Amino acid sequence: MSKATQNTWKLLRTAPPTAWFGLIMVSIYIVVALLAPIFAPYGETEVVDVAGLSIGDNPSFLLGTDHIGRDVLSRIIYGARNTVGLAFITTVLTFAIGAVMGLLAAVLGGWFDQILSRIVDVLMSIPPLIFALLILTIIGTSVINMILVIAILDSTRVFRLARAVGMNIVVMDYVEVARLRGEGLWWIIRHEVLPNISAPLAAEFGLRFCFVFLFVASLSFLGLGLQPPTADWGSMVREMATLITFGLPTPLFPAAAVALLTVSVNFVVDWFLHKTSGLKS
Amino acid sequence: MSAILTMIGQRLALGLLTLWVVTMIIFLAVELLPGDFAQALLGQSATDETVNAIRQNLGLDKPAVERYFIWLGDVLQGDFGRSLASERQISELVGPRVYNTLFLAAYAACIAVPIALTLGILAALYRNSAYDRGVNVGALAAISSPEFFAAYILVYFFAVQNAWFPSIARLNETTTFTDRLYMLFLPAVTLTLVTMAHMMRMTRAAIINLMASPYIEMARLKGIPRGRIIVRHALPNALSPIINVVAINLAYLIVGVVVVEVVFAYPGLGQLFVDSVVKRDMPVVQASALVFAVTYILMNLSADILSILSNPRLLHPR
Amino acid sequence: MTMNDDDIILRMKGLRIEGRSEEKWHEIVHGVDLTLRRGEVLGLIGESGAGKSTIGLAAMGYARDGCRISGGEIWFDRVDLAKASTAEKRRLRGSRIAYVAQSAAAAFNPAHRLIDQYCEAPVLHGVLNRREAETAAKDLYGRLHLPDPETIGFRYPHQVSGGQLQRMMTAMAMSCRPDLIIFDEPTTALDVTTQIEVMAAIKDIVEQFNTAAIYVTHDLAVVAQMADRIMVMRYGNLVEEGETRSMIESPKQEYTSRLLSVRELSKAEAKRPEGETPILSVKRVDAAYGKAQVLYDVSFDVPKKRTVAVVGESGSGKSTTARVITGLLPPLSGHVEYNGEPLPADFKSRPKDHLRRMQMIYQMPDTALNPKHKIRDVIGRPLSFYLGLQGRKKEERIRELLSLIELEPDDYIDRMATELSGGQKQRICIARALAAEPEVILCDEVTSALDQLVGEGILKLLIKLQDELDLSYMFITHDLATVKAIADEVVVMQKGRVVEAGPKTEMFTPPHHSYTDLLLSSVPEMDPDWLDRLLAERGEQLRDRGI
Repeated sequence: MSKATQNTWKLLRTAPPTAWFGLIMVSIYIVVALLAPIFAPYGETEVVDVAGLSIGDNPSFLLGTDHIGRDVLSRIIYGARNTVGLAFITTVLTFAIGAVMGLLAAVLGGWFDQILSRIVDVLMSIPPLIFALLILTIIGTSVINMILVIAILDSTRVFRLARAVGMNIVVMDYVEVARLRGEGLWWIIRHEVLPNISAPLAAEFGLRFCFVFLFVASLSFLGLGLQPPTADWGSMVREMATLITFGLPTPLFPAAAVALLTVSVNFVVDWFLHKTSGLKS
Repeated sequence: MSAILTMIGQRLALGLLTLWVVTMIIFLAVELLPGDFAQALLGQSATDETVNAIRQNLGLDKPAVERYFIWLGDVLQGDFGRSLASERQISELVGPRVYNTLFLAAYAACIAVPIALTLGILAALYRNSAYDRGVNVGALAAISSPEFFAAYILVYFFAVQNAWFPSIARLNETTTFTDRLYMLFLPAVTLTLVTMAHMMRMTRAAIINLMASPYIEMARLKGIPRGRIIVRHALPNALSPIINVVAINLAYLIVGVVVVEVVFAYPGLGQLFVDSVVKRDMPVVQASALVFAVTYILMNLSADILSILSNPRLLHPR
Repeated sequence: MTMNDDDIILRMKGLRIEGRSEEKWHEIVHGVDLTLRRGEVLGLIGESGAGKSTIGLAAMGYARDGCRISGGEIWFDRVDLAKASTAEKRRLRGSRIAYVAQSAAAAFNPAHRLIDQYCEAPVLHGVLNRREAETAAKDLYGRLHLPDPETIGFRYPHQVSGGQLQRMMTAMAMSCRPDLIIFDEPTTALDVTTQIEVMAAIKDIVEQFNTAAIYVTHDLAVVAQMADRIMVMRYGNLVEEGETRSMIESPKQEYTSRLLSVRELSKAEAKRPEGETPILSVKRVDAAYGKAQVLYDVSFDVPKKRTVAVVGESGSGKSTTARVITGLLPPLSGHVEYNGEPLPADFKSRPKDHLRRMQMIYQMPDTALNPKHKIRDVIGRPLSFYLGLQGRKKEERIRELLSLIELEPDDYIDRMATELSGGQKQRICIARALAAEPEVILCDEVTSALDQLVGEGILKLLIKLQDELDLSYMFITHDLATVKAIADEVVVMQKGRVVEAGPKTEMFTPPHHSYTDLLLSSVPEMDPDWLDRLLAERGEQLRDRGI
């Protein structure tokens, strides 16, 4: 066993049950999302139960069928691909924009930092859901538009964090040493700043993912995200909402899928934050 | 005292500036709309002549800057124009809805704030105990739930399985205050669940941070009892961070109301906003977005100012 | 437990304390015995990690978060504080045993007036009522020579200066007239001239009330003034214990003698060669941070192969001068010459080769080394950056430099900066500076964050390197012992101006500028009578100034 694997194992052994739960659940979601067609008993948009709504009593539909007779389990499995995939791509973009700009602002300082920070202040002073809906109304609710709007709006938070943790490093004497040596900007960011802020940035990635994921789900729930017939957890809840008044718990399943993944990621991030802040002291 | 007045003055000026920039953004966003109101109003089949006539009528032929100031002037007088969909005065449409939304938010806040602060302070005091861990796991779970999940769970168990509360919050003129409280119980609890967790975690962190300061150690070494240390030495210094936490979450509450209003079909501003977005009723979207943004900015601004006012170093300058 | 001697106020037997790190408990105090009589002042002295503060706090039955008292007895007035209940300890703390912390600014609650914090303990312990406590406070403030004793208590902590706050804290500790006070490095954070005032006040008040005290410090010269008896600690063990006077005169342990001789290092002064262009010349520099001007008309030279010490207290502008020289802070007016040539004001416009020739060493080796870098990379980067060294050549040079700073290359080259002690880190910083093959090195308080013995090692190394490599140093320090140890010439700064400059021997022989005089006379000496003598000399003068 290499030293790295040994350390990872040591770390995992001390992990609390919540973190274990989180890690296992996240892995399951990833596997399900990647191999959706293998796991799903029926097709994404296949209408399989024309006769009526089944729940529990029909073993061929584990979670029952939706309002137009599609298998809910299959749609949830495909939804993992669509909803989680979309949220993941958006988070990566969010992060790329926010972290690069935040670090540049921290290292360059001066007017660059001033201008970016003021822009971010204004963007953050408008509630994100309202802003996103406003923009999406105007430019239309395509998937690409949604990714871009959420990424730009949410990157403001990554910017703030990256700038703040970057600032803590930039004031260190070793960064001054590198500057006085005549090192270039990218070298300083790459060698002096980044290695010291990777832990908080990694944790922030997890938190951002949760936020973006919930955001996408909310948009879809409001009918402004992924459009039917694509299987998507948020819009599934909306489409099936009326079923609940008939005493059917069906709409709760996709909603629970959203909550479960977010809880899992949060558990892992919480443990990670605890771990890295504990090591510092 | 003058230092603190200048600081507050600066915050106020900054807040006003932000508000002004936000009005510009909201106005400009609609400007970027392909086509214009006139086109949208009359649909694709309209002839150029009728479109032009409407345009002149609405003042759309004037330059954008001029129109912005006319619009801003109207808005400042409470005139948001007319809805495209219903042709009603937007101010009439929005007014009662704003009241409904604020009512729901305040209701939720009255439940959430005291519980969150108590739980947070207790968690900080009994740090790493079973209670602390339990509360922490619960809070994480609550933060992770989308509002609609919490809402439907509550509806499923407390409105459908047991018909204790209504699953829909439809109001009419005869609804009394107590009826309102009863009808809005589930929406308020939903909002409470979602914001309380945040508030509790932030309160806990603020108190723990504070309890590690040397002056708390000094107080312990002076033989001061635990309760007095918390009330007299920790709380006055924790006030500023806690006020901040509460205000940020109240701001979130007012905005987070959107999804909850849709779930419970509650006639608040959020639902109006979403409906208008779906109908592409731009003047209403504009007006509601502005009201939301203004509330949000004002909440954050008051958080800033209150935390300045509760900072002893700023209150008693050299 | 027999308390045959009524005179004994505190007795520790076999005290053991554990600290928690990496999820395990490690013993940090290994069975220490300590006895203290009424009215006696005991000095606890040692370098960092000696466990002296931990023992001081244990005398109150208190262990910080992450520490625990794991064994032994702590007898105070027939109570074993190691086993006493919380209520019992609370009854004693503040009333019979009091504590004075290192940083008064952090240990006073910012939300309350000073006099309220003074009155809290006596009222709570039922010693005095509020009115009596206030009267007593004003009386004590007066005795501690605080200005406006009637009103100063009604200020908030941040409205009072550091030296005054430290005296206010001593007053607060005295509020219940305790039998024992723990002083935890009470003057370490202060400038030398302020330190004297606080030391005098503490000594005076402890004698007046015949209070027993444990005085924790790392500075033997300070403790020599304050203590009747001294315990020298190292790594959680007692090294030596004895009456102050006899220990200073004839230490029994080698470690104690090393601590005693730490201020005696002194380099022979080398004269500046006539007519040679200085390597560095600061010419009439004014500088400011934003609108606040901090340097006024600063001029001095650094001659080739010599050391110029720039001395001053905090706020004197000595570090700002270094920032102007390195080009981090372009001056308002004036300029810096290198070998007679003016340097561009901003370091960004200086050619790489210029940057190479002038290197800097910092006060805090912890923040001057990137914790994520290996020693190989730390020293290797300037080699490849400036000199283009790669592969085997670079590796050989890194090893050469490590030997030069007296660290075994094989042991250190692959370590991370975080795995080293403070002194070793500072040596790595020196190696990094040397890797650039500089001509001038700016040293900013390079020993003040280190333990005295370690700092002395660094100074010796720097002197050796200067001889071998013909380096010139500009040495910023607040510590006159360091000046004596390393300087050829001295520049004294106060409030952003140069008040006196010249060769070292001249500076250390009277007559001085009045500020130089104050600085020089304020440095504690190993002589236990030094403080009394100095106070007698300054006599009424100090009282009159009312500080």
